[in-house]
Amino acid sequence: MVHGEIWTMKELFTYPNEYIYWSVQIVMYPFMTGLVAGAFVLSSLYHVFGIKELKDIARFALVFSFALLFAAPMPIMLHLQHPFRGINVMMTPHFTSAIAAFGIVFFTYGAIVASELWFLYRKHFVDKALALREKQDKSFVEQLWYLLYGTLTLGSYDVSDEALHRDEKAIKVLAGIGIPVACFLHGYAGFIFGSVKANALWMTPLMPVIFIMSAIVSGIALCMLTYIVVMEIRKFMMKRSRKTWQQSLEEVKGAEMHVVKMTAKYLVLFLVLAITLEFLDLIFRGYTAVKSWDVLRSVIYERDFYDIFIMQYGIGNLVPLLLFLVPGLTIRRTILGVLLVLFGVFMMRWNVVIGGQAFSLTFAGYMHYLLPIVPHDWETAKEGLVGAVGIFVMPFVLFWFIAKVFPVFGETNKAH
Amino acid sequence: MKNHVFRPLIVVIGIVLLILAARFVYVPKDFGSYERGYIYSWHRQGDENFWNKFTIKYQGKEYCKDCHEKNFTSINKSPHRIIICENCHGPAIDHPSEARSKLVIDKSREQCYRCHVKLPYPDTARGRIKGFLDPEQHNPGMECVTCHDPHDPKLGGA
Amino acid sequence: MLTRRNFLKYSLAGAAGLAVPATIKASTGTAPAAGTATDKRWVFLVDSTKCVGCGMCVKACKNENEVPYDANVSRTWVERYVVTKDGKVHADSPKAARDGFTTQTIDQGHHGKEIIKPADISKAFFVPKLCNHCENPACVQVCPVGATYQTKEGVVLVDRTWCIGCGYCIMACPYGVRFFHPVYHTAEKCTFCVHRLHAGLKPACVEACPFGARQIGNRNDPNDPVTKTILNNKVQVLKEEYGTKPQVYYLGLSMEVK
Repeated sequence: MVHGEIWTMKELFTYPNEYIYWSVQIVMYPFMTGLVAGAFVLSSLYHVFGIKELKDIARFALVFSFALLFAAPMPIMLHLQHPFRGINVMMTPHFTSAIAAFGIVFFTYGAIVASELWFLYRKHFVDKALALREKQDKSFVEQLWYLLYGTLTLGSYDVSDEALHRDEKAIKVLAGIGIPVACFLHGYAGFIFGSVKANALWMTPLMPVIFIMSAIVSGIALCMLTYIVVMEIRKFMMKRSRKTWQQSLEEVKGAEMHVVKMTAKYLVLFLVLAITLEFLDLIFRGYTAVKSWDVLRSVIYERDFYDIFIMQYGIGNLVPLLLFLVPGLTIRRTILGVLLVLFGVFMMRWNVVIGGQAFSLTFAGYMHYLLPIVPHDWETAKEGLVGAVGIFVMPFVLFWFIAKVFPVFGETNKAH
Repeated sequence: MKNHVFRPLIVVIGIVLLILAARFVYVPKDFGSYERGYIYSWHRQGDENFWNKFTIKYQGKEYCKDCHEKNFTSINKSPHRIIICENCHGPAIDHPSEARSKLVIDKSREQCYRCHVKLPYPDTARGRIKGFLDPEQHNPGMECVTCHDPHDPKLGGA
Repeated sequence: MLTRRNFLKYSLAGAAGLAVPATIKASTGTAPAAGTATDKRWVFLVDSTKCVGCGMCVKACKNENEVPYDANVSRTWVERYVVTKDGKVHADSPKAARDGFTTQTIDQGHHGKEIIKPADISKAFFVPKLCNHCENPACVQVCPVGATYQTKEGVVLVDRTWCIGCGYCIMACPYGVRFFHPVYHTAEKCTFCVHRLHAGLKPACVEACPFGARQIGNRNDPNDPVTKTILNNKVQVLKEEYGTKPQVYYLGLSMEVK
């Protein structure tokens, strides 16, 4: 069986070799990198522009961005026919290909996020390492922790005010460099599609910009969602235990709502920008109506109408926009809103990747993608519902582990 | 250490050096940009040999001439002379080697249908070829070669 | 607190650093060495008026190049176009025309079969297709690892040991000639049968075509019959608008061809 044949339904006149070669993992890929970039931009808004209202979510967003960073290349690995050769992208990069930039941009970006995290958590590492060093009769697990924290200090134990001030400055610089790099990381993901001249739907110089905007939207939405979930768990814990906490329950509630409201404003701003650009693209295509427009129109307004106008623009964009704009925002309404926004951005990726393959290169035929739900072999598992869900769950699992080393809340909050 | 700020940078440089070292070991020595520059010929040159030395299967009509002179001459007198032997007899590859001492001949009706199902396309080469609009009506189930000698279709022609 | 000006400064520095690879690429890539007069440049000529849709070329190609015979992909294929008197175009290429065209019904894939009454037909023709071995192959440009490339003789090949199977080249080809090989799981395409060319033979499809609809030639040789035909006759190429400069030339092509 030819790769792609199992989930492709061909209609009318298509070339014999045409199949949906880029399936659900290529939908997941820009979705995940978008979340990475968006989470990072959100954290930088505080560090660079000093938007104080975002302080609480900034640290959180950065750690989450780091967790997402590891999950971002996974869809590609599941997509590649030869995943173990994936390293070739770093070994013999062919920079005329948008995908080749992946290695460099991804590595640069990872280095920036990791460095920023290091500066942010340096004092925490030093404190932990010193505390463990003092401790007598360390258990085996404590030995390991000591080793880890000792390594993470990179041999620098200077936590004087002067040194911490330098940390702060370095964070600002890194966050400043990070914003264009994050935009580049995702802009080039848009470029991967926008530069394919053979694909009538993908080819537009607006594609990278549209991708960046929707990336920021999805990143902010996911950070808000995870932030709310974590805060709710904290509140729940506070209610249950009788221990005295640094803050009262009411204080935490108030702070949570404040952060959510502020972040929601930025979410709405970027959402409006994203929708504007997408409609500009659509109007332009309809007005210029070049050779491919006939088949594109039939895909956009007929065959994929439900996916594009109901699922993406309706449920994914318009409904959350209304939810956020109606005064008196509540946590519950926010949760529904961000979930719908995330769904909307996912549908946007879907409609680009799958929609771009919904019509044949002949412009006289169509291909329909049937997402494999129940896997019956490795291929339908990794490039089906199972693989996609697995990829989506991954950053949360990673976050759980990473947050053990980089505590998102608690005493280190006071360091900066 | 006076300034700790550059420590992450040192780590990053270390990783980059590791990647470059790995590159040195991993990348084949003949990998590079050749005649068409970096855009169009960035590749492992050894691969050209792989394709240049790919096994040839179809040997062409002349290949059969010396051993199968009778058939070669007879088909050359018929309109079927434009068809190479291997289209029906299968690719010769290294025939008559031990492994391929006998080739499998495609005598199926479908093989003849390729040209001799009449397609009513005006002013086309296909439209001018003799054939059946509905060949299944003509002696169904029988191989065409039972009556028609493919090397000289007129002789046995019904 | 970082000022906005400082932010811009840092950001621009970062962006400039990222632009470096792009400039390197531009300087190394702009001047590909053009073939000298003694070099060959293989080009293909298809006379679509001669094609009868027997599909012998597809059969031979699959056998010659070890593309699994029953897999629904092929390095070369033949398309049928039937234009009815109402101006509608009906086209198909069932099984890449491996078994030829042996029925009047048009295969519309999942849409079913379409029966056209002979009386309604205004014109019909067959068009063989294969890789265009473009002068500016979009598929090669987008390969992230250098696993596909053009040789000095103009042939575009795929390195099966280096291809990572991302499918970007398949997406980038406007002609749909590429696919994943069902056995090697790497990008696969027509090679102009370079192994045969080097042995002084013609490509398998050219050899197998009984009607002379397919020919190969050396564009750098002014006395080559194919070169002469291309220069002296009204020829066309497919999808010229993509700027790929395809090197498969067609005689008798009609505007309905996709």
